[in-house]
Amino acid sequence: MSDLQSPTSAAAGKATDDAPTTSTAGANAPSAPTGTGRSFLPQSTLPRHLVVLVLSAVLAVVLLEVSSPYQNSQIATLSYYAIAAGGLTVLTGMNGQISLGHGALMAAGAYTTALFLDADEPLPLPVILLAAIVVATVVGALVGVAAARLHGPYLAGATLALAVGLPGLAIYFHDIFGGEQGMRVRAPQAPDAFESFVQTVSGNNASSTKWLAYVGVICLLITYFFLANLVRSRIGRTWRAVRDQEVAAELAGINLGAWRVLAFVVSAAAAGLAGGVLAIVVRLAAPSGFTLVLSLALLTAIVIGGLGSLLGALLGSALLVFLPPFVTNLGSDFGLNGTEAAQLAPFVYGVVLIVAMIFAPAGFVGTIRLRRMTAKARRGSAAQAKAAGANGG
Amino acid sequence: MTAIAAATVASTLAACGGGDDGSSSSAEGGGENEASDIGVTEDSIKLGAHYPLTGVAAPGYSEIPTGVQAYFDCLNKEGGVYGRDIEFIFKDDAYNPSQTSQVTNELVLEEEIFAMMSGLGTPTHSAVVDFLNDEGVPDLFVSSGSLLWGENPEEYPMSFGWQTDYLSEGKIIGEYIANEFPDAKVGLFLQDDDFGQDGEEGIRQYLDDQIVAAERYVPGNTNVGPQIAALQAAGADFVVGFNVPSYTALSQLTALQLGYDPQWFYSNVGSDPNLVGGLLNRFSEGKVSDAALLDGALTTGYLPTVDMTDNPWIQEFSRIWDECGGEGELSNYRVYGMSQAYTMTQALQAAGQNPTREGLVEAVEAVGAEWEGPVFAPFRYSEDSHLGTSGMTIERIVGNGSEEVQPVRTTDIGDAPIEEFDKEPATPPANGIPDEEAYEG
Repeated sequence: MSDLQSPTSAAAGKATDDAPTTSTAGANAPSAPTGTGRSFLPQSTLPRHLVVLVLSAVLAVVLLEVSSPYQNSQIATLSYYAIAAGGLTVLTGMNGQISLGHGALMAAGAYTTALFLDADEPLPLPVILLAAIVVATVVGALVGVAAARLHGPYLAGATLALAVGLPGLAIYFHDIFGGEQGMRVRAPQAPDAFESFVQTVSGNNASSTKWLAYVGVICLLITYFFLANLVRSRIGRTWRAVRDQEVAAELAGINLGAWRVLAFVVSAAAAGLAGGVLAIVVRLAAPSGFTLVLSLALLTAIVIGGLGSLLGALLGSALLVFLPPFVTNLGSDFGLNGTEAAQLAPFVYGVVLIVAMIFAPAGFVGTIRLRRMTAKARRGSAAQAKAAGANGG
Repeated sequence: MTAIAAATVASTLAACGGGDDGSSSSAEGGGENEASDIGVTEDSIKLGAHYPLTGVAAPGYSEIPTGVQAYFDCLNKEGGVYGRDIEFIFKDDAYNPSQTSQVTNELVLEEEIFAMMSGLGTPTHSAVVDFLNDEGVPDLFVSSGSLLWGENPEEYPMSFGWQTDYLSEGKIIGEYIANEFPDAKVGLFLQDDDFGQDGEEGIRQYLDDQIVAAERYVPGNTNVGPQIAALQAAGADFVVGFNVPSYTALSQLTALQLGYDPQWFYSNVGSDPNLVGGLLNRFSEGKVSDAALLDGALTTGYLPTVDMTDNPWIQEFSRIWDECGGEGELSNYRVYGMSQAYTMTQALQAAGQNPTREGLVEAVEAVGAEWEGPVFAPFRYSEDSHLGTSGMTIERIVGNGSEEVQPVRTTDIGDAPIEEFDKEPATPPANGIPDEEAYEG
């Protein structure tokens, strides 16, 4: 056995010591846990993700049943932000493309859902949400083809145009899309099975708020399951190759453009689903719900959470949902009037963003991963030094 | 003791939504305050609202809740309603419907408000009107002139409008122009949504043949050059605008550039001279410093404005603002908020000593049309209509104020005729606090 193939060789150790690009550290989790004996999860990707999925589902049901109706509604809100942020983090963190237009892709999904639910006898909800995904995917593919040729600020500009332009269509074709005041969405009724399920699990009242929260969380779990598998697969590795070393990737036979378009399409599909969930949770699809602010909020969520990490996207979205009411209530408790307290929320969010940029530029998850990798590398080199010392002595 | 127990049972029944109107029996003198429904305790009633406090729509509109708050603070000092303090909680939605939905969830599910009042904006409130009605939360006095809240009480039994709807406003404007300017060539400058559509429909009922052009703008697009030029090219010498304040300023500046000087008529929403003056100053980068451009323009009114310093309501509201308000001056937006709070107080008094959500809605339907207050003309509340006031004056803008050119006339949606309103304006009661009897059902 040659030294090169040995896992304890200096060359292999060095390869992992090299710090990856700091900003995307969150994206670079190993494809399978390399440490031995530290994880109870299966080694193989699919079974491991299935176990995590089931655990998360159980945790979600517990969370939804012990929390108040208002917290249920916050979880529903969190789910659509997190689905869209998950898609965006795959695009930006994994593939290195920036998009300021995800709000518009969500609008495509939301309006599709609203139109389908407007029918006299609407189709089943899963079919409608699938349609939302398909429509957003088609829009995403069109944009992706253009985006694949653009870089950095030019790409940001093109997607920015999408964010500003697409909601305008809803105003222009106001006979179909209801113009400025949008389309009201009748939230679909919960099936009887849901009521009996909630009754058996907790005996709680199966309100429509709870039903929408469940729909959101189910969509979230499915989306993250698919995305997690995708980024750990050959596709994910190829995306990272395209992101980190274009020339090397091209030399290795990777068609840069096609892979970039694919990343955009996957990301758009997630945004479409997020839009569909948003439409039924908010009960409205209106242009003022899909302003540039939404696209920017998604971007800040994934940056704060850690670019490229799904957990980071979830944490960043949680910050978006839970921080403003928390700060506003804190402000009122300290004697600010309603208006001042409301103005405090965007201010504190800005401060959090700046602090995160200064002290944790890789985001929550990315920073923790960087720390862990550095510590591991240090342990590794210490062990090597020890071994070298022993040999020398 | 048994009487109280019986009342509790009755109000519990009513609180469940299926009860008859038994709860109001406890309103007769000497009864005790009970926690008769969600958001009501022995000594407080919780009300909620959503407004744009941050973002592009905040200037002006964010002052409304300060007016409401000041009025309720003064009311609470005088003993509130049936000894209960009014607790008014308002949340920021930044004029974004998804945020309206979030804060409304918070108000209804977390804060457990008794009723929503004065939720602002057509697209924003559209997002929550289904939710509020499904949850059985009274949704009183929406701050928008859309027909949505009042036209069809069967669809939205808990929702009530408050200000004049845009259709009725259009009719009154149309009749005035047909009578006073029969030779004018009228051009319409409309916001491209229900606001503009309803207004246009109303106007066209009275002067369809005088209209030479109807131009629409899309909110958000700040270039209105093409629309104003088209009105000029069509030869319109009288332009009626159903637009928001920022587009009043934009249309004025654009017309100035084009050397176009028709008689302007702005509907109530877009005509606040103070706000438009500030906007003109900002948009023109200081070249136009105040609302002088608006001098001579016509508009409509359904509430007294701050420049009417000899109006007793304005005097009363000034006193309230001085005693209970915060920083800043009394503005038309604060008058609007105080007037809504006044109507809300009437509604709570009418709902009786131990109000329920159902009872509140029934009381507004039954006696709301009889209430007098700062609003010029009565509300249209009944079982068949939840629309607010229907009467408007026509006013001419002079400086930062206005003078009346046509007294109040009232109408309704559909082909209801326009009638003169000959009742004397109401005067404010002592301390500006109404004294409505409990509605007994």
